[in-house]
Amino acid sequence: MSGTAAEGPRNLAGFTKADYEGGKTTLCPGCGHNAITGGIIQAAFEAGLEPHRVAKLSGIGCSSKTPAYFLGHAHGCNAVHGRMPSVATGVHLANRELLLIGVSGDGDTASIGLGQFCHLVRRNVPVVYIIENNGVYGLTKGQFSATADVGSTMKNGRPNALMPIDCCAIAIELGCGFVARSFSGDQKQLRPLLKAAFAHRGTAVLDVVSPCVTFADHEGSTKSYAAVKQSDTPLHEIDFVPYFEDIHVDYAPGTTREVELPDGSHIVLKKLAEDYDPTSRARALMTLEEARTERRLVTGLLYVEPEKPAFDRDLGLVDTPLARLPLEQVRPPRRVLEEIMEGFRTGRGQVAAEGGG
Amino acid sequence: MNPGVNDFSIQVATVNGSGSQTSNTVLLRAIFQMGVPVSGKNLFPSNIAGLPTWFTIRVSRHGWVARAARTDVMVVMNPETAEADVAGVGPGGVIVLNDQIQVPPIPDDRVVYAVPMRALIEPITHDVRLRRLVVNMIYVGVLAELLGIAEGEIERALDAQLGHKPKALALNHQAVRAGWEWARDHLDKRDPFRVERMSLTEGKILIDGNNAAALGAMFGGVTVVTWYPITPSSSLIEALIGHLERYRRRPDGRANYAVVQAEDEIAAIGMALGAGWAGARSMTSTSGPGISLMAEFAGYGYYAEIPAVVWDIQRVGPSTGLPTRTSQGDLAFVHQLSHGDTRHPVLLPSSVEECYDFAMRAFDLAERLQTPVFVLSDLDLGMNNWMSDPFPYPERPWDRGKVLTEAELAKLATFERYRDVDGDGIPYRTLPGVRDPKGAYFTRGSGHDEAARYTESPEVYARVMDRLARKFETARALVPAPLVEDDDQAEVGLITFGSNHWALLESRDQLQTEGVRTGYLLLRALPFTEHLGRFLARYRRIYVVEQNRDGQMAALVRLESPADAARVGSIRCYTGLPVDPRHITDEVLREERAAGAGAARPAPPIREGVVR
Repeated sequence: MSGTAAEGPRNLAGFTKADYEGGKTTLCPGCGHNAITGGIIQAAFEAGLEPHRVAKLSGIGCSSKTPAYFLGHAHGCNAVHGRMPSVATGVHLANRELLLIGVSGDGDTASIGLGQFCHLVRRNVPVVYIIENNGVYGLTKGQFSATADVGSTMKNGRPNALMPIDCCAIAIELGCGFVARSFSGDQKQLRPLLKAAFAHRGTAVLDVVSPCVTFADHEGSTKSYAAVKQSDTPLHEIDFVPYFEDIHVDYAPGTTREVELPDGSHIVLKKLAEDYDPTSRARALMTLEEARTERRLVTGLLYVEPEKPAFDRDLGLVDTPLARLPLEQVRPPRRVLEEIMEGFRTGRGQVAAEGGG
Repeated sequence: MNPGVNDFSIQVATVNGSGSQTSNTVLLRAIFQMGVPVSGKNLFPSNIAGLPTWFTIRVSRHGWVARAARTDVMVVMNPETAEADVAGVGPGGVIVLNDQIQVPPIPDDRVVYAVPMRALIEPITHDVRLRRLVVNMIYVGVLAELLGIAEGEIERALDAQLGHKPKALALNHQAVRAGWEWARDHLDKRDPFRVERMSLTEGKILIDGNNAAALGAMFGGVTVVTWYPITPSSSLIEALIGHLERYRRRPDGRANYAVVQAEDEIAAIGMALGAGWAGARSMTSTSGPGISLMAEFAGYGYYAEIPAVVWDIQRVGPSTGLPTRTSQGDLAFVHQLSHGDTRHPVLLPSSVEECYDFAMRAFDLAERLQTPVFVLSDLDLGMNNWMSDPFPYPERPWDRGKVLTEAELAKLATFERYRDVDGDGIPYRTLPGVRDPKGAYFTRGSGHDEAARYTESPEVYARVMDRLARKFETARALVPAPLVEDDDQAEVGLITFGSNHWALLESRDQLQTEGVRTGYLLLRALPFTEHLGRFLARYRRIYVVEQNRDGQMAALVRLESPADAARVGSIRCYTGLPVDPRHITDEVLREERAAGAGAARPAPPIREGVVR
């Protein structure tokens, strides 16, 4: 099935993990984004995605470079800054058989691309939309982005005075059917969330806090490794994503779990499955608000609504991807043109309208 | 025929939002049905209701359809503009005046027909709102009687417009009848203007360019349409939605097309490019500020080599400009839309039939050249009604360009997205979803090599840009060639493009009767083709006629052929109104005199009319 003779076990679709890898990363060593790339590779392998059925999309920024580093056997489209959602929408319209994985950053999503992000969510275009969120513009060397927390400081000590934009809260507010937050250093939580997002039919927003080791991993940055680890309050037992039990999970309900983080430290996550209902928008928004006031980071699946109709269903599209329709299906027959021409000869085909402006 | 028969223009001055469009369309259609060539131009404000609007109808037995600045029959329905409207009528002209409107004394050499509009409308309906709309049908009836427009033709035209609304039809018919009967019983005809039956419109259609473009898009097989509402381009997409809903849904109601109203023009072109990248025939349409917003994505489409069709229905800029007035001011900007070295193919339809034809050809070109293709129409062409022969059914299959199928890909040892295999600058592409892993590639607007890999190599960057330039050379042979009419005895060559064509035809006729013979070249696309060089070499003095302040096309012509540049003059019109042929004629005569051209030898007109 795959074009490479890679070593290692094969998944249900017949691919090895190497089939999900891409080019060598050019990001800084230790960048949180590389960990997310690794998570995507592993999750795609475990989920048994067929690489050729995936299209990768991104905007501009450090995060948006990463689709070149995973799923090298899938087409990729690196768009312009902040406009990945519109390109993704077009790709979906042309070929709804493709699973779209979009990677964006906090600048790309919450600043220049906020409008397109909101409208993508509003239309519920099926895209796994991963925000690699570090609160900083890495590629232009350390300016604040719109997700930087109040009081967080730049490397030169200058503090941020503005309220951050919470992409998860916005997505929930706009009716997104899948909203999750995670941390790049928490692979065990990230992977099942990614697999669940792959299975979701509609926009799936994953805001992954991903420390910038160069411009925001200093004391004073609220998105440094140390700061995030201190404030991380997971919503769920890791590896548990409700409503997606068909995806491989090996969890035992009703337990607590000690989690080992990459640096060897441990955190204990509470199992919240019984007291956290991810199907309530109000509850999800309240949880985010409570966490904000307590200056904590909640992670996990915040909100899910699997049955929400996706954009292609709203449009009533035929099953065959529009890109593959043959000419005879998209060029009406001669008699249709004749009928229309007759309308413009008699005037019945054209009814006057007043101009606007 | 007597002067005044089938050769005059009517101007109706009303208030925007008063329903006068239906009345004016009925008048236009009725004259058209009598076999007499006619054109209508709506000069409307950027407003929904309450501001002045004018509609001009030109009746021409010669088939001239350009805007004539002169008004022979003025219908005065708007008190706000009445004084100026009346003053715009010259000696011998006719004024049909709503008698409720106060105007200063009118000289005796104008013919005034004062009509008691209010007295006539009051018995027809008690509904004040309806009265305001239906009163416009009174002047239709009055003009029909005065000009000899057959009542049966008015009824047919009215039925075509309102037949789907029986109540409205009956009410409007009553109003027409009231005006007609009142005029018959009370008016003493004192002017020479009349409509007499001819047979010059038989089999022809009346259609606006935006509707024609919409039809071309549908028959060209468009599948993804993305847009953001803006005048004067909205009616293109709205017409397209109407046609698609009716003719491109399956019996089960499912659509083999998608139309998305985007959040702005940036998203509209982004979606179109995304769809084009994934293999759909995609288009967007915009105007004015919308095309400015698309600049970044246009450069992305050029450099990443993604097909899409972008219509620009030009209006007056810069900035918001005059949103409801016509212009050709986007030409140079659109041709090079983007930062960095960029040149886009631009199609320049001059007629409604070319709007239809170029809508199809633009898709073929975009997919053949793997690049955004722009189609520049304008408000006059797009939103006004033009006579045309019915459009021919497309006989050619479509051209999807160099897209590798699974089988073709399987035969290749390697695939590189941006390798110029054929030497024409156009590489091969694969579509996402292709199973063979070697077909996958990563598209980017940043520096890339032949294999689509990121690079900042100076040599590779220059090589890719040179190939794109080569691709643009290939485009010269693929775009629509100009229309050329040479005149062996002429020293003057006229060049224009787009909707100016119709004014140029008439102006050439006027110039010839004044002793200036002309050759003519109608440009239909950028890049220029070989025809331009031959034309420039052939004539001693060239004038490029266009609707913008800076002579943008003239500048492009001079750049294309620097050796001829000194002989290339520029005639411009940038008032926002469609060009009056007389303006072009006067400008050419003035330039010719200044150039010390030989004594004028008046010659017979080129032709009696342009109805072919």
